[in-house]
Amino acid sequence: MSQKTFAIALMNPPYESENLTTAFRILAAMAQRGHKINVFTYEGASALAFAKQAPHPNPVHGKNLAEENHPTTKDQVAALLALAAKNGGKVDWVNCGMCVDERGVGEFVAETRRGSPADFYSFVEAADNVLAIPTR
Amino acid sequence: MAEYLLIESRDPFESNDVGYYYDLARGLAEAGNGVTLFLVQNAVFAARPSAEAPKLRALASSGVKILADDFALRERGITKLSDSVQAAPIEIVVDRLEAGHKALWH
Repeated sequence: MSQKTFAIALMNPPYESENLTTAFRILAAMAQRGHKINVFTYEGASALAFAKQAPHPNPVHGKNLAEENHPTTKDQVAALLALAAKNGGKVDWVNCGMCVDERGVGEFVAETRRGSPADFYSFVEAADNVLAIPTR
Repeated sequence: MAEYLLIESRDPFESNDVGYYYDLARGLAEAGNGVTLFLVQNAVFAARPSAEAPKLRALASSGVKILADDFALRERGITKLSDSVQAAPIEIVVDRLEAGHKALWH
């Protein structure tokens, strides 16, 4: 299969919805195939790449930080970018600017950027296909 | 004729909206379109032999191909599927998007 360009819209905030688990699995499958993936994160999803996320221990289960091995979405975003690059693809990860300002999450992991819904419009225009994953 | 990928994420035993999504799938198929309904997350509860089975059987009879995310099935310990549903990997979504299917998420 030749390289395709996909536009993806995400809206769910981190750590709340299984939608993101499924979304990251789809994104990883795209990255494995070396596709160009343009992701626009809107509303709560704009916090997915927030750089100050930190893993935590789980005192209820008696697990320290290492044992809990708590995944953060910022690490998942970084891993996605690395996986795509390794396979000849590229991820353009855009965090909605007004959304991050509202939430105070304007510090992003490397190689993601601030943008606006106009970026999503451009993504859709340039895409071979589009998948929008809304909140409920 | 177009090709559609309808992704259902909701549990039909929790949300009545799922029935409307099935209706959309059936309508698209009966209008001559190719339709894949991919069940993910709690939507895979419909894939069990259960009260939902006749609805999915009717949907399959109208020409809708019904798949269930194998990861979501394993997470929920679902090993037996109703006869109108097949397990499929998440890569099926990328396959369909690569092929230009129009994709909707519910």
